[in-house]
Amino acid sequence: MIDIAVLGAGPAGMAAATQAAQRGASVVLFDESPAPGGQVYRAAPAGYAMPRDADRAEGDALRAALAASNAVVRTGHRVWGVGGGPLVPLGEAAAPFRLDALAPDGSNTITEARALVLATGTHERIIPFPGWTLPGVLGLAAATILLKANGVLPGRRVVVAGAGPLLYAVAAKLAKAGATVAAVVDLAATSEWIAALPALMARPDLLARGAAWRASLTLKGVPVLAAHRIVAAEGVGVLQRVRVAPLAGGDYRVFDCDALTIGHGLVPATEATRAFRAAHRYVAESGGWVPVLDEDRRTSIPLLYACGDGSGVRGAAAAPASGRVAALAALRDLGLIDAASHATSRASPAADFARASRAGGAMARMMALRPALVAAIPPETIICRCEGVTRAQIEAAVEDGATAMNQVKQFTRCGMGPCQGRLCGEAAAELVAARVGGREKAGFATGRVPLRPVAMDALLGDFDYADIPVPRPAPI
Amino acid sequence: MSAPFDVAVIGAGVMGCSTALHLARAGMKTVLLDRGAICREASGVNAGTLTMQMTRAALVPYALRAHEMWMRMAEWCDGGHVQAVDCPGLSVAFTEHEIAMLEERAHFRRQAGAPIEIVSTARAREIEPGLSDKALLAGHCPIDGFTSAYLTGRAFRPALLNAGVELREDTAVRGIQPGFSIDTEAGELRATRVVLAGGVWLQDMAAWLGITLPIKVLINQLVVTERLPPVMRTVLGVASGLLSLKQYANGTVLIGGGWQGIGDRERGGLAVKPDSFLGNVRLAAHTIPALRDARVVRSWLGLEAETADALPAIGPIPGVPDAWIIGSVHSGYTSGPYMGKLLAQAICGQAPELPLFPIDRLLAKDQAA
Ligand SMILES: Cc1cc2nc3c(=O)[nH]c(=O)nc-3n(C[C@H](O)[C@H](O)[C@H](O)COP(=O)(O)OP(=O)(O)OC[C@H]3O[C@@H](n4cnc5c(N)ncnc54)[C@H](O)[C@@H]3O)c2cc1C
Ligand SMILES: Cc1cc2nc3c(=O)[nH]c(=O)nc-3n(C[C@H](O)[C@H](O)[C@H](O)COP(=O)(O)OP(=O)(O)OC[C@H]3O[C@@H](n4cnc5c(N)ncnc54)[C@H](O)[C@@H]3O)c2cc1C
Repeated sequence: MIDIAVLGAGPAGMAAATQAAQRGASVVLFDESPAPGGQVYRAAPAGYAMPRDADRAEGDALRAALAASNAVVRTGHRVWGVGGGPLVPLGEAAAPFRLDALAPDGSNTITEARALVLATGTHERIIPFPGWTLPGVLGLAAATILLKANGVLPGRRVVVAGAGPLLYAVAAKLAKAGATVAAVVDLAATSEWIAALPALMARPDLLARGAAWRASLTLKGVPVLAAHRIVAAEGVGVLQRVRVAPLAGGDYRVFDCDALTIGHGLVPATEATRAFRAAHRYVAESGGWVPVLDEDRRTSIPLLYACGDGSGVRGAAAAPASGRVAALAALRDLGLIDAASHATSRASPAADFARASRAGGAMARMMALRPALVAAIPPETIICRCEGVTRAQIEAAVEDGATAMNQVKQFTRCGMGPCQGRLCGEAAAELVAARVGGREKAGFATGRVPLRPVAMDALLGDFDYADIPVPRPAPI
Repeated sequence: MSAPFDVAVIGAGVMGCSTALHLARAGMKTVLLDRGAICREASGVNAGTLTMQMTRAALVPYALRAHEMWMRMAEWCDGGHVQAVDCPGLSVAFTEHEIAMLEERAHFRRQAGAPIEIVSTARAREIEPGLSDKALLAGHCPIDGFTSAYLTGRAFRPALLNAGVELREDTAVRGIQPGFSIDTEAGELRATRVVLAGGVWLQDMAAWLGITLPIKVLINQLVVTERLPPVMRTVLGVASGLLSLKQYANGTVLIGGGWQGIGDRERGGLAVKPDSFLGNVRLAAHTIPALRDARVVRSWLGLEAETADALPAIGPIPGVPDAWIIGSVHSGYTSGPYMGKLLAQAICGQAPELPLFPIDRLLAKDQAA
């Protein structure tokens, strides 16, 4: 058994693992990606030379520190199972945490750890609109992965839409990589950006980067529409154009394009904390449901910690600091460092986190869910694309008495497919919340394994019938 | 205080829903209370298998009648239904020991009225081409099938309301005073009769009336795959009863059989046990080899009640006039709608079509009336 397992090798997880290993803990860090980096610092694949930019440099620094530590890095490992900890029969002492992961060769690996640090990042929120399931429409995150990890453009003529700084980052990177950016469609009004400025002042580097992105777009003559939304994506079998209108209503504009990259913010990935039945609360400006944490990033479950955007969106700059705070708490709780050492060590990352959180928090607020966008979804628009459930069907289920997400799921199959609500959950929950009196009331679907769909073949392995521990039958 | 209800049914699972519906249709002013949402416990999360080959022999006559009710649910439930599918069922044996078990169990169930015949592997594979060639023998029952159990609450709700049942969800009952005065989170209410229909929580409910009725809690695990091309067309089980497999119209395959997970009455179904999870999916893939190519999308757990003798608790509560109990029925989803109908007949003073399962046998001597 190891001391600390860390799930997710983004900036938060890398920093947590590095910190813990540097202080003598045995550490294993898991990520399904082929290399550490996470969303923003995604590593380039072998053979692809990535442009040197600020992201690259920060990511490389975290990767180098991680590599220099004794942490065992298990990339290419998709963690599908979490267990142990509080998930034991009543009255039994908490068990070691257990992670089941599929290794790159397809085999299943089991890891037991005394403490578990979750650094699982976010999913992108996309609030549906007519045509959002057309080929050619993809998330900002997916577009970045194409760009960063594969060096591939999502299209030649691209509309970039949604909310938050990602919008400008993606648009600028697309333009630089040779795509024509047909338009940037920002949900935020110019006044919101101005209101965020004081908080962004805490991070002049980020501010400068954002300004540079915008300037590069202006230079190229890219239309930037503030306080606008995508009303519909249209095309025969594949995306050909989008309709754009002011949020406040008014005339449509049409932009021809072969790709629409769109993201309405980031939602903390809480599958694992939900599976452990940790306490959660709904904080719109942190991205949604987040685990309840103390100042040292302890969840309500002993020896379970959460850091990075998965515990509340605060951005890439804040993520490593939160990872270090979590790692130090775990070290302390495991008795690997003493109280005095903990107190001195945590001061600096805690201060870093507070500082970076100001800017990150302002950006997170801008990316928070906008109820007006959900209210504008037409009744026949598909919300859950795995199961083909429309807005009208979700609302009919509420009319039929389903007042919480678990029951809406039962009544409609919304969220039962392979994505398990990662894509549709936000819009569906907001539709329910509008009718039952808020997201807290609407709740969330129970977290269960697998955290990701898992191939049976890999699980099963080779076995004989005699190996199956068939329990005793019920009486006849 | 307003006029008392004729009857308060506590617990809105399949047992409570069916009982309440039949009582209201018989003219009783009925309130149906649940601490959560309708059919969100066992009755909404179970595997939906309507099988004679897993049902205890003594319950086969009930299950046969209930099977018919499920298949025709829309007719008696104001259009509400659970997408019931009528298809044959196979129970297979992989070892000599299982062959003996299969034959013995088929014999008792046949005596109880289930039309089960023992068939060769070749015949079984005509009925179910997806079946593994490792099967040695099978029990075949033409009366089998399954539902989408997650629709159960939605299916019952309109009919309950149409029948005049007052449905109070999110209303936990905390106790019952003689008479009856029912203490809920939302205040007191009065009823001339009470029906306890609390699934695994029947033990707590019986205690409100001073009755000690031990109820064992089973933590059943289920696993579902993503959509697959057709890999099977029957309900499949194994001789021991520890597998239930079926493929839904949407292509998903549900893997069950009563493997046990971690949980309890207080915390619900918490988590799968890794060994049970693995064992259950291995048994499934051993039986339908094409499942090897599937991906598992989700697992979950639900709580099933069992009495000391694993037979139902359905009937009057000894020593407490006008108090009734219903639950702890093995394969209780299958026979649920019929059991509710029977109990309603008894409460209305009629002779039930088939005998109830009075609980006197389960109580310590000094408690039984
Ligand atoms: C497209 C995009 C672009 C962004 N660009 C910027 C930017 O330019 N500037 C900025 O400040 N912020 C940016 N952000 C935000 C930034 O990504 C986050 O703030 C930062 O990555 C958070 O770090 P993290 O460590 O919390 O999570 P992440 O970096 O998301 O890392 C989480 C990791 O966990 C892994 N993981 C999760 N679950 C599992 C599992 N079950 N098994 C295995 N691995 C798992 C994931 O693969 C992932 O690598 C961007 C976000 C996105 C989505
Ligand atoms: C995972 C699983 C799979 C199964 N598979 C099958 C199958 O394939 N075929 C089959 O025939 N059977 C199956 N069963 C068994 C079947 O589901 C049950 O026998 C049946 O649903 C029990 O119904 P019930 O109404 O007695 O209990 P429940 O459905 O559990 O209902 C009890 C209700 O009482 C309520 N309650 C509890 N306490 C209070 C209180 N204080 N105040 C108010 N309300 C309260 C609960 O909220 C609950 O809604 C399965 C069971 C499980 C758990």
